[in-house]
Amino acid sequence: MSTTAVHTPATDAATVSASTSATASTQAARRRDDYAIQPAVDVIEDAQGLTLFADLPGVPREQLQLRVDQDRLVIEAEMQLDLPAGLAAGHVEVSRQFYRRAFTLSKELDADQISAELNHGVLRVRIPKAAHVQPRKIDVKLS
Amino acid sequence: MYRQLFARELFNDLDRFQREMSSLFEATAGRGVARGGYPALNVGLSPEAVEVHAFAPGLDPATIGVDLDRGVLSLSGERVSPLAAKPSATEGDGEAAAQPAASVASAGKTIVHQRERFAGKFRRVVSLPDDIDPEQVIASYKDGVLRVRVKRRPAPQPRRIDIH
Repeated sequence: MSTTAVHTPATDAATVSASTSATASTQAARRRDDYAIQPAVDVIEDAQGLTLFADLPGVPREQLQLRVDQDRLVIEAEMQLDLPAGLAAGHVEVSRQFYRRAFTLSKELDADQISAELNHGVLRVRIPKAAHVQPRKIDVKLS
Repeated sequence: MYRQLFARELFNDLDRFQREMSSLFEATAGRGVARGGYPALNVGLSPEAVEVHAFAPGLDPATIGVDLDRGVLSLSGERVSPLAAKPSATEGDGEAAAQPAASVASAGKTIVHQRERFAGKFRRVVSLPDDIDPEQVIASYKDGVLRVRVKRRPAPQPRRIDIH
Protein backbone atom coordinates (compact mmCIF):
# COMPACT_ATOMS: atom_id res chain seq x y z
CA MET A 1 0.00 0.00 0.00
CA SER A 2 1.44 3.35 -0.92
CA THR A 3 2.23 5.74 1.86
CA THR A 4 -0.91 7.32 3.09
CA ALA A 5 -0.51 11.05 3.12
CA VAL A 6 -1.37 12.41 6.52
CA HIS A 7 -4.91 13.55 6.03
CA THR A 8 -5.05 17.12 7.19
CA PRO A 9 -8.41 17.64 8.80
CA ALA A 10 -10.59 19.97 6.82
CA THR A 11 -11.29 21.96 9.91
CA ASP A 12 -9.15 22.34 12.99
CA ALA A 13 -12.14 21.23 15.00
CA ALA A 14 -10.79 17.74 14.43
CA THR A 15 -7.65 18.45 16.45
CA VAL A 16 -7.82 17.25 20.00
CA SER A 17 -7.92 19.81 22.67
CA ALA A 18 -8.42 18.98 26.31
CA SER A 19 -12.11 19.13 25.80
CA THR A 20 -14.02 22.15 26.73
CA SER A 21 -16.77 21.40 24.28
CA ALA A 22 -19.57 23.82 24.94
CA THR A 23 -21.91 22.25 27.45
CA ALA A 24 -24.84 23.72 25.57
CA SER A 25 -24.04 21.70 22.49
CA THR A 26 -23.45 18.59 24.60
CA GLN A 27 -26.84 19.00 26.22
CA ALA A 28 -28.51 19.50 22.87
CA ALA A 29 -26.75 16.40 21.66
CA ARG A 30 -28.00 14.39 24.63
CA ARG A 31 -31.60 15.04 23.63
CA ARG A 32 -31.12 13.32 20.32
CA ASP A 33 -32.03 9.68 20.29
CA ASP A 34 -28.91 8.56 18.54
CA TYR A 35 -26.24 10.26 20.60
CA ALA A 36 -25.58 7.21 22.75
CA ILE A 37 -24.55 3.65 22.03
CA GLN A 38 -26.83 0.98 23.44
CA PRO A 39 -24.39 -1.45 25.01
CA ALA A 40 -24.74 -5.14 24.24
CA VAL A 41 -26.05 -7.10 27.23
CA ASP A 42 -26.50 -10.62 28.48
CA VAL A 43 -29.31 -11.09 30.99
CA ILE A 44 -29.64 -14.28 33.00
CA GLU A 45 -32.28 -15.13 35.55
CA ASP A 46 -31.84 -17.83 38.14
CA ALA A 47 -33.89 -18.86 41.15
CA GLN A 48 -32.24 -16.27 43.41
CA GLY A 49 -32.19 -13.24 41.15
CA LEU A 50 -31.07 -11.57 37.95
CA THR A 51 -27.56 -11.07 36.58
CA LEU A 52 -26.88 -8.58 33.82
CA PHE A 53 -23.61 -8.14 31.91
CA ALA A 54 -23.09 -5.04 29.76
CA ASP A 55 -20.18 -4.26 27.43
CA LEU A 56 -18.92 -0.76 28.18
CA PRO A 57 -15.43 -0.58 26.68
CA GLY A 58 -13.60 2.66 27.35
CA VAL A 59 -15.55 3.51 30.49
CA PRO A 60 -13.61 4.00 33.72
CA ARG A 61 -15.29 3.56 37.10
CA GLU A 62 -15.89 7.30 37.61
CA GLN A 63 -17.74 7.75 34.31
CA LEU A 64 -20.32 5.08 35.02
CA GLN A 65 -23.74 5.99 36.37
CA LEU A 66 -26.11 3.30 37.45
CA ARG A 67 -29.45 4.20 38.90
CA VAL A 68 -32.77 2.65 39.72
CA ASP A 69 -35.76 4.81 39.00
CA GLN A 70 -38.88 3.12 40.39
CA ASP A 71 -38.92 -0.05 38.36
CA ARG A 72 -36.34 0.98 35.78
CA LEU A 73 -32.65 0.31 35.81
CA VAL A 74 -30.73 2.93 33.85
CA ILE A 75 -27.12 2.55 32.75
CA GLU A 76 -25.38 5.70 31.57
CA ALA A 77 -21.69 6.02 30.89
CA GLU A 78 -19.14 8.06 29.03
CA MET A 79 -15.97 6.84 27.37
CA GLN A 80 -12.68 8.30 28.38
CA LEU A 81 -9.97 7.49 25.91
CA ASP A 82 -7.15 10.04 26.42
CA LEU A 83 -6.46 10.56 22.76
CA PRO A 84 -3.19 12.22 21.80
CA ALA A 85 -3.19 15.65 20.23
CA GLY A 86 -3.36 16.07 16.48
CA LEU A 87 -5.02 12.75 15.75
CA ALA A 88 -6.71 12.48 12.36
CA ALA A 89 -9.35 9.87 11.59
CA GLY A 90 -8.31 6.82 9.62
CA HIS A 91 -10.92 4.13 10.02
CA VAL A 92 -13.83 4.64 12.38
CA GLU A 93 -16.31 2.07 13.64
CA VAL A 94 -17.12 3.69 16.98
CA SER A 95 -17.99 7.35 16.60
CA ARG A 96 -20.11 8.02 19.66
CA GLN A 97 -18.75 8.50 23.15
CA PHE A 98 -21.79 7.85 25.35
CA TYR A 99 -23.53 4.67 26.38
CA ARG A 100 -27.13 4.52 27.54
CA ARG A 101 -29.61 1.75 28.07
CA ALA A 102 -32.61 1.26 30.35
CA PHE A 103 -34.32 -1.90 31.58
CA THR A 104 -37.64 -2.51 33.26
CA LEU A 105 -37.28 -4.60 36.38
CA SER A 106 -39.93 -7.08 37.33
CA LYS A 107 -41.67 -6.68 40.67
CA GLU A 108 -40.01 -9.86 41.89
CA LEU A 109 -36.66 -8.14 42.08
CA ASP A 110 -35.44 -6.34 45.16
CA ALA A 111 -33.76 -3.28 43.67
CA ASP A 112 -32.47 -2.12 47.07
CA GLN A 113 -30.14 -5.09 47.12
CA ILE A 114 -28.55 -4.29 43.79
CA SER A 115 -24.80 -4.73 43.47
CA ALA A 116 -22.49 -3.98 40.58
CA GLU A 117 -18.89 -4.25 39.51
CA LEU A 118 -16.94 -2.97 36.53
CA ASN A 119 -13.96 -4.91 35.24
CA HIS A 120 -12.08 -4.41 31.98
CA GLY A 121 -15.06 -2.58 30.53
CA VAL A 122 -17.64 -5.20 31.50
CA LEU A 123 -20.36 -4.16 33.94
CA ARG A 124 -21.87 -6.95 36.00
CA VAL A 125 -25.07 -6.12 37.87
CA ARG A 126 -26.69 -8.52 40.31
CA ILE A 127 -30.22 -8.01 41.61
CA PRO A 128 -31.61 -10.60 43.97
CA LYS A 129 -35.26 -11.52 44.00
CA ALA A 130 -37.32 -10.32 46.92
CA ALA A 131 -37.20 -12.78 49.80
CA HIS A 132 -40.90 -13.62 49.68
CA VAL A 133 -40.58 -14.68 46.07
CA GLN A 134 -37.71 -17.12 46.52
CA PRO A 135 -38.60 -20.78 46.52
CA ARG A 136 -39.03 -21.99 50.06
CA LYS A 137 -39.69 -25.35 51.38
CA ILE A 138 -42.75 -25.35 53.61
CA ASP A 139 -42.99 -27.95 56.29
CA VAL A 140 -46.32 -29.60 56.57
CA LYS A 141 -47.15 -30.72 60.02
CA LEU A 142 -49.38 -33.68 60.47
CA SER A 143 -51.99 -33.14 63.05
CA MET B 1 -15.62 16.20 20.98
CA TYR B 2 -15.04 12.57 20.29
CA ARG B 3 -17.43 12.86 17.38
CA GLN B 4 -15.26 15.60 15.92
CA LEU B 5 -12.04 13.71 16.47
CA PHE B 6 -13.10 10.58 14.77
CA ALA B 7 -15.43 12.11 12.23
CA ARG B 8 -16.00 9.82 9.33
CA GLU B 9 -14.00 10.71 6.27
CA LEU B 10 -15.52 8.50 3.70
CA PHE B 11 -12.89 8.10 1.07
CA ASN B 12 -9.74 8.11 3.13
CA ASP B 13 -7.27 5.55 1.75
CA LEU B 14 -6.71 3.86 5.06
CA ASP B 15 -10.43 3.51 5.66
CA ARG B 16 -11.13 2.03 2.24
CA PHE B 17 -8.29 -0.43 2.59
CA GLN B 18 -9.52 -1.43 6.05
CA ARG B 19 -12.99 -2.14 4.70
CA GLU B 20 -11.51 -4.39 2.03
CA MET B 21 -9.43 -6.19 4.63
CA SER B 22 -12.49 -6.61 6.85
CA SER B 23 -14.45 -8.28 4.11
CA LEU B 24 -11.62 -10.72 3.50
CA PHE B 25 -11.60 -11.75 7.14
CA GLU B 26 -15.33 -11.64 7.78
CA ALA B 27 -15.59 -15.41 7.88
CA THR B 28 -13.23 -15.72 10.85
CA ALA B 29 -14.67 -12.86 12.83
CA GLY B 30 -17.79 -14.66 13.93
CA ARG B 31 -21.15 -13.14 14.63
CA GLY B 32 -20.76 -9.64 15.90
CA VAL B 33 -22.52 -6.34 16.22
CA ALA B 34 -20.08 -3.94 14.59
CA ARG B 35 -19.10 -4.20 10.96
CA GLY B 36 -16.26 -6.67 10.81
CA GLY B 37 -17.43 -8.18 14.09
CA TYR B 38 -15.98 -8.03 17.56
CA PRO B 39 -14.04 -6.05 18.49
CA ALA B 40 -14.93 -2.74 16.85
CA LEU B 41 -11.88 -0.82 15.64
CA ASN B 42 -10.91 2.81 15.37
CA VAL B 43 -7.68 3.80 13.67
CA GLY B 44 -6.23 7.29 13.92
CA LEU B 45 -3.15 8.89 12.46
CA SER B 46 -0.93 11.60 13.87
CA PRO B 47 2.37 12.75 12.39
CA GLU B 48 4.26 10.68 14.99
CA ALA B 49 2.24 7.49 15.21
CA VAL B 50 -0.67 5.30 14.21
CA GLU B 51 -3.17 4.68 17.01
CA VAL B 52 -5.39 1.61 16.89
CA HIS B 53 -8.20 1.20 19.41
CA ALA B 54 -9.99 -2.14 19.67
CA PHE B 55 -13.15 -2.04 21.78
CA ALA B 56 -12.76 -5.45 23.39
CA PRO B 57 -14.14 -5.61 26.92
CA GLY B 58 -13.98 -8.66 29.13
CA LEU B 59 -10.66 -10.12 27.99
CA ASP B 60 -7.93 -11.64 30.09
CA PRO B 61 -4.97 -9.40 29.13
CA ALA B 62 -2.59 -12.36 29.16
CA THR B 63 -4.50 -13.98 26.30
CA ILE B 64 -4.54 -11.03 23.90
CA GLY B 65 -2.34 -11.45 20.83
CA VAL B 66 -0.82 -8.40 19.12
CA ASP B 67 1.32 -9.29 16.11
CA LEU B 68 2.98 -7.15 13.50
CA ASP B 69 4.12 -8.79 10.29
CA ARG B 70 5.23 -6.86 7.22
CA GLY B 71 3.10 -3.86 8.02
CA VAL B 72 -0.01 -5.80 8.95
CA LEU B 73 -1.12 -5.52 12.58
CA SER B 74 -3.10 -8.48 13.84
CA LEU B 75 -5.19 -8.40 17.04
CA SER B 76 -6.45 -11.73 18.30
CA GLY B 77 -7.81 -13.43 21.38
CA GLU B 78 -10.78 -15.14 22.85
CA ARG B 79 -13.68 -13.78 24.84
CA VAL B 80 -15.11 -16.31 27.23
CA SER B 81 -18.77 -15.89 28.02
CA PRO B 82 -20.04 -16.34 31.55
CA LEU B 83 -22.91 -18.15 29.89
CA ALA B 84 -20.69 -20.92 28.59
CA ALA B 85 -23.02 -23.86 28.50
CA LYS B 86 -22.05 -27.35 29.43
CA PRO B 87 -24.35 -30.30 29.08
CA SER B 88 -25.95 -30.92 32.44
CA ALA B 89 -29.17 -32.42 33.66
CA THR B 90 -31.22 -29.35 34.26
CA GLU B 91 -34.93 -29.26 33.74
CA GLY B 92 -36.83 -26.20 32.74
CA ASP B 93 -37.16 -24.06 29.69
CA GLY B 94 -33.88 -22.23 29.78
CA GLU B 95 -30.24 -22.73 28.94
CA ALA B 96 -28.03 -24.19 31.61
CA ALA B 97 -25.13 -22.13 32.88
CA ALA B 98 -23.37 -25.00 34.54
CA GLN B 99 -19.80 -23.77 34.95
CA PRO B 100 -19.16 -23.47 38.65
CA ALA B 101 -16.46 -20.92 37.96
CA ALA B 102 -18.87 -18.69 36.10
CA SER B 103 -20.10 -15.67 37.95
CA VAL B 104 -23.70 -16.76 37.66
CA ALA B 105 -25.49 -18.65 40.41
CA SER B 106 -26.10 -22.00 38.91
CA ALA B 107 -28.20 -23.69 41.55
CA GLY B 108 -31.33 -24.89 39.86
CA LYS B 109 -32.52 -23.75 36.50
CA THR B 110 -31.55 -20.55 34.76
CA ILE B 111 -33.26 -18.61 32.01
CA VAL B 112 -31.30 -16.57 29.51
CA HIS B 113 -33.42 -13.53 28.67
CA GLN B 114 -30.94 -11.82 26.43
CA ARG B 115 -27.70 -12.83 24.84
CA GLU B 116 -26.19 -10.08 22.71
CA ARG B 117 -22.53 -10.03 23.69
CA PHE B 118 -19.99 -11.67 21.49
CA ALA B 119 -18.24 -14.79 22.79
CA GLY B 120 -15.53 -16.82 21.16
CA LYS B 121 -12.30 -16.34 19.26
CA PHE B 122 -11.64 -13.26 17.21
CA ARG B 123 -9.04 -11.75 14.91
CA ARG B 124 -8.97 -8.28 13.36
CA VAL B 125 -6.27 -6.95 11.11
CA VAL B 126 -5.13 -3.47 10.23
CA SER B 127 -2.84 -2.61 7.37
CA LEU B 128 -0.45 0.10 8.51
CA PRO B 129 1.17 2.82 6.40
CA ASP B 130 4.64 2.16 4.96
CA ASP B 131 6.44 4.62 7.22
CA ILE B 132 5.83 2.83 10.54
CA ASP B 133 8.70 1.63 12.68
CA PRO B 134 8.03 -2.01 13.62
CA GLU B 135 10.37 -1.78 16.60
CA GLN B 136 8.28 0.94 18.20
CA VAL B 137 4.99 -0.70 19.09
CA ILE B 138 3.31 -0.16 22.45
CA ALA B 139 0.16 -2.03 23.40
CA SER B 140 -1.96 -1.52 26.50
CA TYR B 141 -5.33 -2.72 27.71
CA LYS B 142 -7.40 -0.36 29.82
CA ASP B 143 -11.12 -0.35 30.64
CA GLY B 144 -11.69 -2.96 27.96
CA VAL B 145 -10.01 -1.01 25.16
CA LEU B 146 -6.89 -2.44 23.57
CA ARG B 147 -4.72 0.46 22.43
CA VAL B 148 -1.87 -0.17 20.07
CA ARG B 149 0.40 2.71 19.23
CA VAL B 150 2.88 2.30 16.40
CA LYS B 151 5.43 5.07 15.88
CA ARG B 152 6.11 6.37 12.43
CA ARG B 153 9.60 7.02 11.13
CA PRO B 154 10.23 10.72 10.76
CA ALA B 155 10.23 11.85 7.15
CA PRO B 156 13.79 12.31 5.90
CA GLN B 157 14.73 15.95 5.86
CA PRO B 158 15.59 17.37 2.45
CA ARG B 159 19.33 17.96 2.16
CA ARG B 160 21.12 20.37 0.00
CA ILE B 161 24.14 18.89 -1.71
CA ASP B 162 27.14 21.14 -2.28
CA ILE B 163 28.80 21.18 -5.64
CA HIS B 164 32.55 21.48 -5.62
